[in-house]
Amino acid sequence: MTVTVYIPAPFRRLTGNRSYVEGHGQTVAELLDELKTRYPALGDMLQNEAGELPAHIHVYVNNQEIHSLQGEATPLKDGDEVAVIPAIAGGQDLTPDQMLRYSRQIMIPQVGSAGQRKLLDAKVLIVGAGGLGSPAAVYLAAAGVGTLGIVDNDELDLSNLQRQILHHTPDVGRPKVESAQETIALYNPDVRVIPHRVRLTSANAMEIIAQYDMVVGAVDNFVTRYLLNDACYLAGKPYIDGGVFLFEGQATVFVPGRGCYRCLFPAPPPADLVPSPSQVGLLGALPGVIGVIEAFEVLKLILGLGESLSGRLLIFDALTMEFRQVRTRRDPRCPLCGDAPTIHEIGDYEASPSSSLAGHD
Amino acid sequence: MSVIVRIPTALRKITADQDRIPADGGDLSECIASLDASYPGLKERLCDESGEIRRFVNIYVNGEDVRFLQGLATPLKNGAEVSIVPAVAGGGGQATELEA
Repeated sequence: MTVTVYIPAPFRRLTGNRSYVEGHGQTVAELLDELKTRYPALGDMLQNEAGELPAHIHVYVNNQEIHSLQGEATPLKDGDEVAVIPAIAGGQDLTPDQMLRYSRQIMIPQVGSAGQRKLLDAKVLIVGAGGLGSPAAVYLAAAGVGTLGIVDNDELDLSNLQRQILHHTPDVGRPKVESAQETIALYNPDVRVIPHRVRLTSANAMEIIAQYDMVVGAVDNFVTRYLLNDACYLAGKPYIDGGVFLFEGQATVFVPGRGCYRCLFPAPPPADLVPSPSQVGLLGALPGVIGVIEAFEVLKLILGLGESLSGRLLIFDALTMEFRQVRTRRDPRCPLCGDAPTIHEIGDYEASPSSSLAGHD
Repeated sequence: MSVIVRIPTALRKITADQDRIPADGGDLSECIASLDASYPGLKERLCDESGEIRRFVNIYVNGEDVRFLQGLATPLKNGAEVSIVPAVAGGGGQATELEA
């Protein structure tokens, strides 16, 4: 029988840096013997002094650990996928299931098991379980971000399903935080979802945000956008922002002290001139692109990878399929994060005319 | 000076669906006047009654926000790229008043 053997990152130097090698045998035991012959250094890892498979090496056939099958006598069929996964020493172990589930990202040298641990320990708040929040939540959950808070006060409408991929047809009429929680549990049971079935307001924003490491803005209105911006700055949390309109999307990251949404856009458009979301069409793939970019920025911040979008506004034009960027800066005159700030706590955004969103003492 | 102006989706109804338009002007205000002559109505989308750039619209010259340069008096060099970028909100899609 010819099978494919997945080699995890820690063993790859023993197989000429190959993540997959071909192997042969009627059973797992025969396969292991054959691998020992072809890759003696790997073979040393796959047997102890008694010539047996060491307890910390887990062997999987088609994602099933062999002890739940027939052990080393487990028969192999042509085309089976076999994985040999070492457990990592230490109290903060990833389980064998986690090593396998996240193997495609653990094998990235800049991620590794340590990075995976960071992801599992991270707490990310997603404000809005709609067109942007859905793809962001799905990818963060799949990557194993351990705690995801979801803020949304709405119930699912049939017209949401065209873009809001956290929810499914039978969920129409249900609170979105409930269907979001169920969907995420199906993607990845490692993730603890904290549903916040509220509208974010100045009364609850600080308390909710305080529980998380960073915040993904996936909101459909400017009032919540400015509120979130202010709350994140005041709480000292990175704020990952995204927005879409028709065929165009924007994404950026605000790290406290390095500029905020008010530095970028000092005031929102007057409220009476902003049509309601239901009046503006869009194809669901647009918030899909922007929400996934927001998710990637979160992963980069957690893992300390690359250059975040902090200091840059990314602009995506779906019609020309172009990404451009412009610089963003901290504005010394900003009422929130400038040199002489006038905003020291979050104010009453709802009751104010939109112009007063620009400042509150 | 001849420059290229990048038009956001929200303004393309005014510009006959063009996403980039050549324009002239020694500084940004001249450039906007030249645009408005070819595409009437564009200026009032970008500037308020007092002639200042609206606070929810950003204009960038070669990627730099003109509010951090010289505003409407920002000089333009030949070949400069001028980008108009409105604030957009919308997890599901929400327009600004910029929509034509």
